[in-house]
Amino acid sequence: MADVVVEQGRVVRATGGRKGSSLRNALGRKSTVAFFLTLPLILLIALLVLYPAFYSVYLATLNKAMTKFVGLSNFTFLFKRETFWMVVRQSCIFAITAVIFKALIGFIVAHFVHNIPAKGQRKWRGMLLVPWVIPPAMSTLAWLWLFDPSYSAFNYTLSFFGVGPIPWLGDTFWARFSVILVNVWYGAPFFMIMYLAALKSVPDQLYEAAAIDGANWWQKIWHITLPMMRNIIAITTLFSLIVTFANFDIVRILTSGGPLDTTHLFATWAFQVGIQSSDIPLGACVSLFMVPILAVAAIFILRDVTKRGNEA
Amino acid sequence: MADVALRKVVKRYDDIEAVRGIDLDIADHEFIVLVGPSGCGKSTTLRMIAGLEDISDGDIMIGGDVVNDVPPKDRDIAMVFQNYALYPHMTVAENMSFGLRLKHYPKAEIKARVTEAARLLDITDLIDRKPKQLSGGQRQRVAMGRAIVRNPKVFLFDEPLSNLDAKLRVQMRIEIKKVHQKVRTTTVYVTHDQVEAMTLADRVVVMNKGRIEQIGTPNELYHKPATRFVAGFIGSPAMNFIPCRLEDVGGALQIRLTDRIAFALPPARATRYNALPRTDKLLLGIRPEHLTESHAHLGPGVESFETVLDVTEPMGMETLVYFGLDGTPICGRVDPNAGAKDGAPMRLAMDLNNMHLLNEATGAVL
Repeated sequence: MADVVVEQGRVVRATGGRKGSSLRNALGRKSTVAFFLTLPLILLIALLVLYPAFYSVYLATLNKAMTKFVGLSNFTFLFKRETFWMVVRQSCIFAITAVIFKALIGFIVAHFVHNIPAKGQRKWRGMLLVPWVIPPAMSTLAWLWLFDPSYSAFNYTLSFFGVGPIPWLGDTFWARFSVILVNVWYGAPFFMIMYLAALKSVPDQLYEAAAIDGANWWQKIWHITLPMMRNIIAITTLFSLIVTFANFDIVRILTSGGPLDTTHLFATWAFQVGIQSSDIPLGACVSLFMVPILAVAAIFILRDVTKRGNEA
Repeated sequence: MADVALRKVVKRYDDIEAVRGIDLDIADHEFIVLVGPSGCGKSTTLRMIAGLEDISDGDIMIGGDVVNDVPPKDRDIAMVFQNYALYPHMTVAENMSFGLRLKHYPKAEIKARVTEAARLLDITDLIDRKPKQLSGGQRQRVAMGRAIVRNPKVFLFDEPLSNLDAKLRVQMRIEIKKVHQKVRTTTVYVTHDQVEAMTLADRVVVMNKGRIEQIGTPNELYHKPATRFVAGFIGSPAMNFIPCRLEDVGGALQIRLTDRIAFALPPARATRYNALPRTDKLLLGIRPEHLTESHAHLGPGVESFETVLDVTEPMGMETLVYFGLDGTPICGRVDPNAGAKDGAPMRLAMDLNNMHLLNEATGAVL
């Protein structure tokens, strides 16, 4: 369709050659119309994404007082700092461990909910989604009280069993454990609801066929459920990996990166270095390190989505 | 291979009884078809044999062993589903070998069995494809192949042809019959299509409202239906039912259809029906093929009458004619050259040698 119009446009230009008609033709093209219709969104993205992105690249090349261009020396400075490598390690441990447990718990809970009779299922689904719908900053405050070393519900309960008190947020191991725990608590419902939707889309007859073919429950999960959910599992895992990697609020509220910076993630450390220690170029530099790692994950997601699109 | 027996099998869902005490004996190598309208309990019965539904009461036996509480995987059965239920992420070969792989058969034997089944079903070229790349008929073959490779005691088919178009259905019907002739496995086949039932079965089980109406060979069901339901369900177009009563006229027994039309019964029929009370409300059951155009010389027991046709349907090899007798719609089958026309009068002949007499109240064939 568009080609025909372009052809007509050429003919008009060849004979008449007037500016007005070629403009009218250009406006008549489908691609032009599409461009103008999407222009507001393109501008919005440019304003909110591209501008800050390039601005932070620019910031990362300045000195601490932001008066002088220093090239890549902020980056080389970071490479030499032990804390930086600890943050890289902690971000990876945090994101990978949390995503694995979120996926695992989400998968198991989705199975339980799937097997609840339809009547009570809605109620359970609603209740299990609660952690995910409460703003994390608020729910993390509640966790902060639960983790309090002297008066918290956790340590009080444990004292009956002769355990503790556990320094939930004061010890490196327990602090790392706690931030991951809260992240899993917050994120598992998302996996649950996605996996529940995927489970509902697997036809019952496949399980019946497998039962007749001689599969036990584990073989049904391994040979039917998991392969049928493969796409959903891949997309949710990668999506969650990005979001978890870039997490800020949980660590910020629970530990502020402590003890001794051992629970810092990229986002919280960038905040501490850039805003709290007033070295904005170095903070920008830290946050830029997330880009290559997240870009790889994003490429995987997009590739998977296109593959799914082709299959359908 | 094995025989299958059902003893007073009942299936209840809350307060609804889907299957109400079924007794059925299926011999080894036999091809049994369960047929009936939707909701008659035929699929539920099949699923109970498969072990996919618990039974509420009674016993199911496969090869002499009661299998009421045996899970499907240990019943040694194979099932072909209506929508094939092929595993979409596996190739044809993987689909067919899945059951054998779960049972840890040696690789060489799996390959041999799959190759043999693929050859039997003519799907050797498709062995590496995924179900998505197959047509409906090919998927159907793969589903059958998956059943065959297992070499089970019993094959169960749950309306396997209803997702295919009319032409392919006829073709696959013949394929299924051929496969059964080769492998001779005891087969239970569920369908709502009476043509499928008649063409495939050694014996047909007609079900209605959770009960068995009649069990018999296709010919028995056609020529000697036990109830009005079976008489009306088997055969297409369906049997005509005309309200009638018996009369004694000059020592002979005759059947009166309308004020105008009454026929003397042939001697064999007259003796059979003589004992019936003359006051009973009866139905004359007559198949369309026994209502044909009239000839000059009618045989014994064939009576002719004049009527006005409402509608005619030329089918090529025959013409279906529709008319009414005192408001009862009736269908007949006449020769395409008999000159049947919409709205025109026509003389038709009724072959009373093939008639059935039914009690209107009970539906029993007398």
